[in-house]
Amino acid sequence: MSSTLSVPKLRKLLLSLTVFTLTACDISQLNNPYPDTDHGQAILYSSFSERPKHLDPAVAYSSDEYGFIGQIYEPPLQYHYLKRPYQLQPLTATKLPTVRYLDKQGNMLPDSANDAEIAFSDYLITIKPGIAYQPHPAFSQNEPGRYLYHALSDEQLSAIDTLTDLPVQQSRTLTAEDYVYQIKRLAYPKTQSPIAELMAGYIDGFAEFAQATAEIPLQELKNQTLRGVQALSDHQYRIRIKGKYPQFQYWLAMPFFAPMPWEADVFYAQPGLKNKNITLDWFPVGTGPYWLQENNPNRRMVLAKNPHYHPDFFPTEGDPGDHEAGWLNDAGKPLPFVDKVVYTLEKESIPYWAKFLQGYYDASGIASDSFDQAVQFSGSGDPQLTQMMREKQIQLQTSVATSVFYMGFNMLDPVIGGDSEANRKLRQAISIAVDYEEFIAIFANGRGVAAQGALPPGIFGYQDGEAGINPVVYDWQNGKPRRKSLEKAKQLLAEAGYPNGIDPKTGEALLLYFDTTATGADDKSLMNWYRKQFEKLGIQLVIRGTDYNRFQEKMRSGAAQIFVWGWNADYPDPENFFFLLYGANSKVKQGGENAGNYANPEFDRLFEQMRNMDNSPERQRIIDRMQNILRQDAPWLFGYFPKDFALLHSWYKNLKPARMINNRLKYSRIDTELREQKREEWNKAEFWPLLLGFALLAVAIYPAVKAYRRQQQETKS
Amino acid sequence: MMSYIIRRFLYALPLLMAVNVLTFVLFFVVNSPDDMARMQLGQKHVTEQAIQNWKHQHGYDLPLLWNSGQAGGKCLSDTIFYQKSVNLFLFDFGISDSGRNIGTDIRQRMWPSLALALPSLAVGLLVNITLALLMVLFRNTYVELGSSVLCVMLMSVSSLFYIIGGQFVIGKLLKLVPISGYDSGLAAIKFLILPVMISVVAGIGSGARWYRTLFLEEVEKDYVRTARAKGLTETQVLFKHVLKNAMIPILTGVVVVLPLLFMGSLIMESFFSIPGLGSYTIDAINRQDFAIVRSMVFLGSVLYVAGLLLTDISYTLVDPRVRLS
Amino acid sequence: MIVLWTDALIYFLVLAAAGLAVYMSRQAQMRRPLRKITSNPVAMASLAMLLCFALIGLADSVHFKDGDSRGNEVISLLDVACTTMRKHGEKTYSAPFAVYGYAKETLTLGDGSTGWDYPRLQYGGAHLTDPETEWAGDVFDKTFGGFSRGAGLMLMVLVLAWGDQHERRRALWRSTSSKAVWATLFLVVSGCYTLFSLSAYYHVLGTDKVGEDVFYQTLKSIRTGLVIGSLTTLVMLPLAIVFGIMAGYFKGWVDDVIQFIYTTLNSIPSVLLIAASILMVQVYMANHPENFNNLLVRADMRLLFLCLILGVTSWTGLCRLLRAETLKLREMEYVLAAQALGVKPAMILFRHILPNVMHIVLISVVLDFSSLVLAEAVLSYINIGVDPTTHSWGNMINSARLEMAREPIVWWSLAAAFVFMFALVLAANLFADSVRDAFDPRRTQ
Repeated sequence: MSSTLSVPKLRKLLLSLTVFTLTACDISQLNNPYPDTDHGQAILYSSFSERPKHLDPAVAYSSDEYGFIGQIYEPPLQYHYLKRPYQLQPLTATKLPTVRYLDKQGNMLPDSANDAEIAFSDYLITIKPGIAYQPHPAFSQNEPGRYLYHALSDEQLSAIDTLTDLPVQQSRTLTAEDYVYQIKRLAYPKTQSPIAELMAGYIDGFAEFAQATAEIPLQELKNQTLRGVQALSDHQYRIRIKGKYPQFQYWLAMPFFAPMPWEADVFYAQPGLKNKNITLDWFPVGTGPYWLQENNPNRRMVLAKNPHYHPDFFPTEGDPGDHEAGWLNDAGKPLPFVDKVVYTLEKESIPYWAKFLQGYYDASGIASDSFDQAVQFSGSGDPQLTQMMREKQIQLQTSVATSVFYMGFNMLDPVIGGDSEANRKLRQAISIAVDYEEFIAIFANGRGVAAQGALPPGIFGYQDGEAGINPVVYDWQNGKPRRKSLEKAKQLLAEAGYPNGIDPKTGEALLLYFDTTATGADDKSLMNWYRKQFEKLGIQLVIRGTDYNRFQEKMRSGAAQIFVWGWNADYPDPENFFFLLYGANSKVKQGGENAGNYANPEFDRLFEQMRNMDNSPERQRIIDRMQNILRQDAPWLFGYFPKDFALLHSWYKNLKPARMINNRLKYSRIDTELREQKREEWNKAEFWPLLLGFALLAVAIYPAVKAYRRQQQETKS
Repeated sequence: MMSYIIRRFLYALPLLMAVNVLTFVLFFVVNSPDDMARMQLGQKHVTEQAIQNWKHQHGYDLPLLWNSGQAGGKCLSDTIFYQKSVNLFLFDFGISDSGRNIGTDIRQRMWPSLALALPSLAVGLLVNITLALLMVLFRNTYVELGSSVLCVMLMSVSSLFYIIGGQFVIGKLLKLVPISGYDSGLAAIKFLILPVMISVVAGIGSGARWYRTLFLEEVEKDYVRTARAKGLTETQVLFKHVLKNAMIPILTGVVVVLPLLFMGSLIMESFFSIPGLGSYTIDAINRQDFAIVRSMVFLGSVLYVAGLLLTDISYTLVDPRVRLS
Repeated sequence: MIVLWTDALIYFLVLAAAGLAVYMSRQAQMRRPLRKITSNPVAMASLAMLLCFALIGLADSVHFKDGDSRGNEVISLLDVACTTMRKHGEKTYSAPFAVYGYAKETLTLGDGSTGWDYPRLQYGGAHLTDPETEWAGDVFDKTFGGFSRGAGLMLMVLVLAWGDQHERRRALWRSTSSKAVWATLFLVVSGCYTLFSLSAYYHVLGTDKVGEDVFYQTLKSIRTGLVIGSLTTLVMLPLAIVFGIMAGYFKGWVDDVIQFIYTTLNSIPSVLLIAASILMVQVYMANHPENFNNLLVRADMRLLFLCLILGVTSWTGLCRLLRAETLKLREMEYVLAAQALGVKPAMILFRHILPNVMHIVLISVVLDFSSLVLAEAVLSYINIGVDPTTHSWGNMINSARLEMAREPIVWWSLAAAFVFMFALVLAANLFADSVRDAFDPRRTQ
């Protein structure tokens, strides 16, 4: 009885299932992580893996933070979007600042004055009139001078969760005083600006201002005067620099020198807002093309177009070849193109990569692990997209970043450091043995260039070709640098007093210590690789992995021996790299950035000379000499200059690679129709395996049901 | 009853105090305030002055446990320990080392955690009990043998494999749901399907087995035999009697874990980037933000104690014979 | 020979386990449950499996300085057995049994020109002159040959055992459970033999990112899994037993204090406690680098501490069970009688209470084992597990999850970790089940 009943039942079930599958085949984009209302809008989708620590332009100092505030705050200068090497151009300023040199008494000097005479340099900056801030409650007034929200009552506070809950949002015109106020904030000790100490050495009156304001409340800050920085009119201000510091111009393109309205500081200083995590560090106030509409660092951040953004246009000229490459297709059109940018929190690289391939992120850097999937090298060694990527019409961009990864030797260490000939040979031997070409191939997937010196390509002073190779480690063969043989390294090692890597004192292999913060499982293979490299010389490398703090402490006390460190340039000038090796910046002695504590009097003398020079053949000669000293002394094993590879979907336009440029977003354009079409094509859900699974399960259980029914009937009868 | 609850609360106080002291000692032995400051201030251009400023702003410039520079009660109260832990008891978690208000963050992140944990628990319970009942129903057939073997096998697979495998197959190959992410309100459902499903599947092995033993114990009891003798079918016996009686241990077992659901699931949340308290904790561990970790430890202990209390109360509710004393 | 801390504890554990086994087989009340276990073929087969794992783990716990290398590298017996695998490192990924590399690279061809193709591996299948035609046949030959040799070896042992003259022992061989044991041993031994002999020519489970043999890694991971599963119990047992039966027996303030301690520990989320402690260990090691200048010693120390901390966080459950059981036992007549006769409490605890709670201890030890092995993987994911240089399944999974995003997908590390971990945990779970069935008085009708 029961079995006859169940057959038609089963048949019906199967029938409904097939109908379901047929309809299911048409379902597309079930996996769309964004709300349906986003459909068809000019929204750019991006991600962040860790919430930015600071969005206050006086404090933020890392590239991920600049990714946000670069779009919101506008310093007086910016880099030209298309031209390389990098060129400064005015952003909110009307023209590049005028520099005047002064002597001790404050008299003007001619431009040709020599360095010794120049006591001060004045930077005069004129800003464009009529630039307005984004709408923000800090500006809201019901009558002139009476601010609506500068003293929020408890009642008002309890009604808001975020800034947009405050109903009246007004704007205000940008003045030169705002730029001055920001520099005061840099000096104000409670801001804790990372460059305060540095700027105290350059800006006149900066240090005194910091001392004088140590105890005053934030609200009073705007009334204090900073001697070296003054607004001359509503649209002009002056910064007085001690001595001559040509690199200062570059600082003026960084968000540190963006304008800050005093109203913002007063507004955010209210303790009630602080308790709701509404602070200047989280909700910026700027004049830029975008403003931060939503900041939920736990999930997503949204940048929306600033309705008051000043007229700004896509550059009409670029490098030779840019026209052909299509970079000038949008020349002269008003910026920004994209209405909204949504950054979603994405910690794990697998979902991130999968979503990119599904079309839900518009651009992607390439993690080392997805690299083979995306890029292959052609016979000539040039990177190319794989077949799969080309089918998806994904674009690839490469550029050498202005940063360097090096292996540093602590020069204060008795074994590896110091100026003795033996230790120098030991360092040279290691420099040859650690094969960074292999490192780049394995861990960076070829995304890098083995370094021949301290300066990456794209920085003044970098030498290409035979003139630029490191003669200690490389030979020039067949038009290419070629790493010297291991025999040579072993010979150097023997000359250093460790034949075959045996330490004569102990009779065992020489023990060297490698200090690192890389203790995660992902770093295991990397550490193995380092060990292997030293093993080639018979040296045993002991990895001392610790947390970040211990590592820093070791670096400060000089207890580290060998370490790997990176530097990302603040601005494109050789000074920003060589100062990492300048004796007076020693980490142990002065707490500076010279992590290896290298000190060579000749190098230091040349550095001081090179520092203030304008780019010229003379400067190039000095730089070459400095590079040669470094290559002989080998305080660094130069490591490599990373290359940025970015993947862009076909609908993403106008993104020219440039690590230095912070405000690239306003140039980006999205072809929304194309994106919609591709997404639909790539995201067809597949149901059949699930159904198959259910069917199998049913088949497996069916006999048991049958048996059970039979048993039931037996007991009944 | 009331006095019992009050007494339990009083008992909880020294317990939370002990937890507090323990975590405080552990974390401050590891990390001096100087270390915390350096960690938060970053790498470039950090000076001694900046560290002092940071410590002052975050209240870490006091002595750890005993301030000999102060008189009377201030010896104890003007210390990091006092300042940082007394407020915890008032559920004022203060400011994290990176400068955000922890209480606000916790209130925000609690909901996604619950949105993941509650369905996982409910669906898991439902599936496990159903499977266990089926196994009992089909006992002494190949289904029981097969499913017990399957349960042991499911139990022997690391939960990481479920997550990696589930994400790969359902999210990447079949493209049925978004591979990760979260949204507020009802839009969250499509993000939650996969993690809930995975945590249910990962729990089937141990869960179904546990309920099966529970039911088997009941099935052997006399009243079940009587019911069966009265001519009830096996299905009726199971649902009417066995399930009803086994409900007591099941429910009290659920009540214990209920408060802890707030803490979220560490691994699930970070794999699926769900902004809950679990991923909050992991981030804090990785960033060494000890203010957050301390708050979470405290919160965890409070919830644990609350769970114990709830269990006791629920026992009296379901079984009137138990008197609280 | 060099004895690491965990090595020493493992030896101690082996001795203790042997002692316990002898003691138990002499106890009258233990004989029945033991016989129940021995007559269960599944239990015995999984025990045999566990012992095979333990054997590999033990071989990996005998460390000495490598005589060949000039350095002061410390290796274990297992490393010696796996010398070929250890030394046959490739450059980067390669699939199981692969002859060619995983990724294309620029090659210098015979005529001096350069091309873009998959490179031949340095060791994997290096003996083949023309891989395209020879490969399949060679793999089959080597597999078959290895298996038949391994099987032959086992058959010989079987025949020897069969030839045993004692009638009583022969009867023993005929029981189903001993057949199951022999079948398991047969499969494991000949399987191992096959894999080992193949690994001289191929990477049977492929290689990882830096070209290390995955099969070697999985074998090395066995020790880590076993150490965490077993040493943790070693740490937790004294705490749990002493506190548990003391609380149950003395009641009063002793009970209050002990309850307070374990409720406190229990209420702290264990992951956070472990994280804090692991950080502390790292700090200690960073401050005393002179004591930890050897990689192996550092990693070993961290492993040991992980076991300690896991022990501290996991003793509370057993402690509570023991307390409850002791509360029941102390009202038993023989205990009351002993008290009346004026026997010292310590003696009562040792003589009368302890032997009668041993079954609970035993059950919880075997049950905890598998969950600890699984916990290791999860902890490694949050970076608070074993040292990253230690070979462990957790570390393998952790790095392998990134490899899942590659194309073609690198599945072998994950698969290898999965299979081995699954085998160990499954065997442990099955064994635990039968131990519980045998010792739990409620289940023995």
